[in-house]
Amino acid sequence: MARMVTTRNKVISTTAAWLVGFLIFFPILWMVLASFKTELEAFAIPPSFLFFHWTTENYVTVQERSDYFHHALNSIIIAGGSTLIAMLIAIPAAWSMAFSPTKRTKDVLLWMLSTKMMPPVGVLVPIYLIFRSVGLLDTRAGLIFILCLGNLPIVIWMLFTYFKEIPKDILEAARMDGATIGRELIYVLTPMAVPGLASTLLLNLILAWNEAFWTLNLSTLEAAPLTVFIASYSSPEGLFWAKLSAASTLAIAPILVLGWFSQRQLVRGLTFGAVK
Amino acid sequence: MGQITLQGVQKSFGPVHIIKGADLEIADGSFVVFVGPSGCGKTTLLRLIAGLEDVTGGAILIDGRNVVDVPPAKRGLSMVFQSYALYPHMSVRGNIAFGLKMAGVTRDEINRKVEAAAATLNLTPYLERKPRELSGGQRQRVAIGRAIVREPKAFLFDEPLSNLDAALRVQMRLEVTRLQKQLGTTAIYVTHDQVEAMTMADKIAVLNGGKIEQYGSPLELYEKPANLFVAGFIGSPKMNFVTGELAKQQGATTIGVRPEHLKVERNGQGGWHGTVSVAEHLGSDTFLYVDAGPQGVLTARYIGELDLHPGDKVSLIPEPARIHRFDDSGKSIRA
Ligand SMILES: Nc1ncnc2c1ncn2[C@@H]1O[C@H](COP(=O)(O)OP(=O)(O)OP(=O)(O)O)[C@@H](O)[C@H]1O
Ligand SMILES: [Mg+2]
Repeated sequence: MARMVTTRNKVISTTAAWLVGFLIFFPILWMVLASFKTELEAFAIPPSFLFFHWTTENYVTVQERSDYFHHALNSIIIAGGSTLIAMLIAIPAAWSMAFSPTKRTKDVLLWMLSTKMMPPVGVLVPIYLIFRSVGLLDTRAGLIFILCLGNLPIVIWMLFTYFKEIPKDILEAARMDGATIGRELIYVLTPMAVPGLASTLLLNLILAWNEAFWTLNLSTLEAAPLTVFIASYSSPEGLFWAKLSAASTLAIAPILVLGWFSQRQLVRGLTFGAVK
Repeated sequence: MGQITLQGVQKSFGPVHIIKGADLEIADGSFVVFVGPSGCGKTTLLRLIAGLEDVTGGAILIDGRNVVDVPPAKRGLSMVFQSYALYPHMSVRGNIAFGLKMAGVTRDEINRKVEAAAATLNLTPYLERKPRELSGGQRQRVAIGRAIVREPKAFLFDEPLSNLDAALRVQMRLEVTRLQKQLGTTAIYVTHDQVEAMTMADKIAVLNGGKIEQYGSPLELYEKPANLFVAGFIGSPKMNFVTGELAKQQGATTIGVRPEHLKVERNGQGGWHGTVSVAEHLGSDTFLYVDAGPQGVLTARYIGELDLHPGDKVSLIPEPARIHRFDDSGKSIRA
């Protein structure tokens, strides 16, 4: 009797999980499907789910109209660059806060997080003006700079949490074994922190890849990443659902692939912590 | 060489004064145990010597050199942590070799030393395993191996055996003592287990509330406790304390007699009269808890089996030479 109930519960919860998973995934699926429709079918009511005229003409048009590879390269440079710099700053910062905290450490962390509570649009005008006067508008360097600053609080916060979980004893053991601070970092702390570092890196990469506010506002063409490429399809000339979908599919494809292959790492880092 | 001297060592954490001036002389090659109740500052004192905490005041001399400003890596001491603190990502070999690698020892010599240490500690079959693939006792041995391989001036142990089961603890206790004697390296060992303290130590420092109450050999502490605290702390079961008229007759505020120094007589004449309230028969020993009226509950230990049961009337006769006398302030009075 009890066994039957648990089996039934299992079936129910599994079904529910799949349902929720499908619901969450549906917009992406719908976007991919729409990218293979003609513009007419794309907004036909009632919509056709699978039985439409499959075409790849949207992809061809999109690539003709705007250079996908130019934007993709920008995205890679900007997301990769800002993530790398953020990690370089965040690792020592989080390390010192986790292992030699002072009375103000908690305050500093909260202050850093509080900068994320301010809506970015509140500082758009000053930042835009600063960028214009120092010639950073529509440059990759400018975008790397602003995305790095934007994500830094979250990166530091995440790393701090991972580092906190590393037993202090082990670092002290290294110190007793004669390791200098630098060698302690290289030989002991970093290897233990790798899962945490990897998931922070991946998450930051995804955040930077998808960041749309600053990239849309501070770049036009030269440095424009894929977000700008997508946005150009919801233009005043009209909304082209199929082409917009094709552009979006192209834009998220690289990060989706990266996420897919690193999902184990990502989940492990996000749930189990760094050491156990 | 590994002679360690503490001179008025103090430590505060913010406003809290934890170590209130410790003076200690640890001879080269000796085995010194810090013992005391939980929270008395044993670990803190050990960490001060290690350099993992900075002193608030006083001096720590290693071979005559004040090391209070020297980082732990440069003090030439090694430590065995209660949690073992092995490097989880390194093999047993890597763990033991790490200190040598940091010291820039050549690869051949590292291998030779690691293998020698592993052989001493019966770790040879496990050299390529990761710590998580070892049992608690094996991990403990790796931690000890990591400490000995560097040939430090002194070993610092912080309750290294407290996570092991009773049988293994006894075995490791013997092994650690044997190893220390064989290497002749100074050792400081923290424990709150007084059996460990009594059996392992050349000298014991009894700590209480951040102060060293007494420093001496195990038998010195047992036979000549400096004060009430040490008298009560060393020895199991605990020393009996009697106050009031009986003590006054001996010219003291409190007198103390160890359970093993009370002679038990059934319906006897002299001594202190009482009724057995609990009798524990261990075969080898008999422990009696005797309700002795004005003297309170007294514990007596009899070597061997004694056929006494709750309700039996007994008299307890203290050996006169084994009565400890303490004054108003709890200090021992020596004739
Ligand atoms: N980093 C710290 N900050 C503040 N107080 C501390 C710190 N470390 C230890 N203490 C305090 O110092 C006192 C002594 O601690 P310590 O760890 O030395 O005790 P112990 O004798 O080793 O006890 P145990 O036998 O339980 O291990 C305790 O009251 C503890 O709360
Ligand atoms: Mg302790």
